Amino acid sequence: MAGTIATSPPGVLVSLVVVTLVVVGSFFLLVGTVGLLRLPNVYNRLHATSKATTLGASGIALAAWAYFGPGGAGLKALVTVLFLFLTAPTGGHMISRAAQRMGIEFEDGVNWPGRIDEQPEQPADGSENADD
Amino acid sequence: MTEASALGGVLPLVLQGALVLAALLTLAVGYRVITGPTTPDRVVALDVIATNVVAIAALYAMIEGLGLFLDVALVLAIIGFISTITVARYVTEGDIIE
Repeated sequence: MAGTIATSPPGVLVSLVVVTLVVVGSFFLLVGTVGLLRLPNVYNRLHATSKATTLGASGIALAAWAYFGPGGAGLKALVTVLFLFLTAPTGGHMISRAAQRMGIEFEDGVNWPGRIDEQPEQPADGSENADD
Repeated sequence: MTEASALGGVLPLVLQGALVLAALLTLAVGYRVITGPTTPDRVVALDVIATNVVAIAALYAMIEGLGLFLDVALVLAIIGFISTITVARYVTEGDIIE
């Protein structure tokens, strides 16, 4: 098993790449968490977390890919990045649609896309307003 | 850009600092889980906790030099996605599998 053997510490260039990616990923994790704690609405918090936090975790997983090499254990880090990028928009869409269906109000001045002044009755399920 | 000799000690320091930061951020997200005004707030906060734990597992894999913990990160990412979908569906539909 190549995954259970401890790898040797990387060289200087790889260490520089790993440090850069870890710092960038930690910054995005910090930004996403501050957005989750301070933004006023469910939809705003969802906007902060589903983009910034995913980018932060993906940055750290890319650092792991650079650390463990392109094949073997590092390939699992790359698969993690791909999985996060595929599932974070899906989960965000599901949560926002659930929140809208529960009747949580938007912020003042924010309307359902495509409508001016009426309350949305049903969320868009693949019809003409599917771009939320 | 630091020298070649200094970077050998910088890398574990950066990794452990990022691990401590991610752990503290996960604790801070717990505030939103406890005092979220609505249920979707709590679901969003739990999703963020799952993403943070993925980052923590990847950082621990790099600190220990064991690629085994990347399996942990990948499985936790899958479990976080499934739990988010499940709770979001349960909140609106009333059941998960009809």
